[in-house]
Amino acid sequence: MYVAVKGGEKAIDNAHAWLSEKRRGDKAIAEIGVGQIREQLTLAVNRVMAEGSLYDPDLASLAIKQSHGDLIEAIFLIRAYRTTLARFGKTRPIETTNMACIRRISATFKDAPGGQILGPTFDYTHRLLDFTLAADSETSVVESQDMSDAQMLPRITDYLNQEGLIQQEIQTGDEPGDLTREPLQLPAQRDLRLQSLTRGDEGFILGMAYSTQRGYGRNHPFVGELRVGGVVVEMEIPELGFSIEIGEIEVTECETVNQFTGSKSDPPQFTRGYGLVFGHSERKSISMALVDRALRWAELGEDNVGVPAQDEEFVLYHSDNIQATGFLEHIKLPHYVDFQSELELIRKLRCEAEIPSRDEEES
Amino acid sequence: MSIADRQNWLSILAKAPTQELQDRVASMDSLPPYKVLRAAEIGAVMVQGRMGGTGDVFNLGEMTVSRCSVELQTGEIGHGYVQGRNRDKVRLVAILDALLQTHRRDHLMKTIISPLQAQMAKAKSQRAAKAATTKVDFFTLARGED
Repeated sequence: MYVAVKGGEKAIDNAHAWLSEKRRGDKAIAEIGVGQIREQLTLAVNRVMAEGSLYDPDLASLAIKQSHGDLIEAIFLIRAYRTTLARFGKTRPIETTNMACIRRISATFKDAPGGQILGPTFDYTHRLLDFTLAADSETSVVESQDMSDAQMLPRITDYLNQEGLIQQEIQTGDEPGDLTREPLQLPAQRDLRLQSLTRGDEGFILGMAYSTQRGYGRNHPFVGELRVGGVVVEMEIPELGFSIEIGEIEVTECETVNQFTGSKSDPPQFTRGYGLVFGHSERKSISMALVDRALRWAELGEDNVGVPAQDEEFVLYHSDNIQATGFLEHIKLPHYVDFQSELELIRKLRCEAEIPSRDEEES
Repeated sequence: MSIADRQNWLSILAKAPTQELQDRVASMDSLPPYKVLRAAEIGAVMVQGRMGGTGDVFNLGEMTVSRCSVELQTGEIGHGYVQGRNRDKVRLVAILDALLQTHRRDHLMKTIISPLQAQMAKAKSQRAAKAATTKVDFFTLARGED
């Protein structure tokens, strides 16, 4: 139990002043600007937006600067800030089919309609340190000659759907639940699970997904399609009575094609997992799709084999890094009174058992 | 003025780069006097996605949004909603929305909306062209292990 303590204001002030000095580092080196973080550490910015659950690259960059690059601390700052914002409403569902893709690949079809577009990727790099970057070298620029119009890329799952080979996503028109408004209740439906996964800790979701690949609830995923790009955000404006486009956000979407189910009445069909994350976040979005698929065991009539990735309570209650870090880090705050009672108790128990204290032994 | 017209210019204005918009407005003759109905304010909206891209809706996360409403002396009311925290931009959008409902519409479409639209289309096709340079053809090799 935590019992409040008082005092230490001066020490705390000094500690915070020193923190800010540490953030600045060696003054002989130029200070980093929020704009530099936004433009040059984009993947860190994306992670803070995704897990902070607020799309705003400027704020995420500021949070990264303020937190000395501790991304969970930055996510914490964003989560705290978002609670101060009035909610103006909700957008229309973003249409990822119309995404202006900078990257789009399929691991299932070599000749995917629309083609394999690698985009800016770490794939196929050699993971060798590039010392020219340390020497402030200028980067190469892609020269694009033909000005092609952005073409709409068909969804790979639609392609499979034509033959009825994959389970369909149905629009029932149900209003989705919102974790930021109502505390999570179990059992959760897929809408809440997806909201929880997309803002969950990347490392945790990755670990859960990896566990399914290693055999703890195997579901044989293929990356049917992974796409990264801009989607237009459209919103119904109450004052106007119609919807307008209010901006564009970058998202990463992963659709997995998984092992099939079938029964006496239904022919075998592939099943699917889904990942959708703010920003360019491939690892997170693939992980999310695998975990989404694992958590769908009941709806797909699979056995619960008792593995962690199938356990909704385990996954959803431990994926939020702000909840986790809050509870974990509070144990470093003063627990003097609490510990005092433990001390009293252990002394009393030892006394009752007539164990001599060390002082008595020595004398 | 049809709903589609207004939808179109509000969408273009919202997505336009701030600097670009400000430059174009600066080159206009003066803005008319207006009354602020709702001062520019910052808030958030919940962005929704679809399961599997095409199925039921779920909440993806929020994004910051600014909004503002103004009224011209001639009675036209303009509204602005734009992504991000940008009071200056959203105020301009609201004023232009009101002005676009007046006799100045044709002129403004020609000097502000159409050029912005053309410029954004160009940026979009440049991005697509860049993506096209990374298009690959994988071919599977026969494995020599039979």
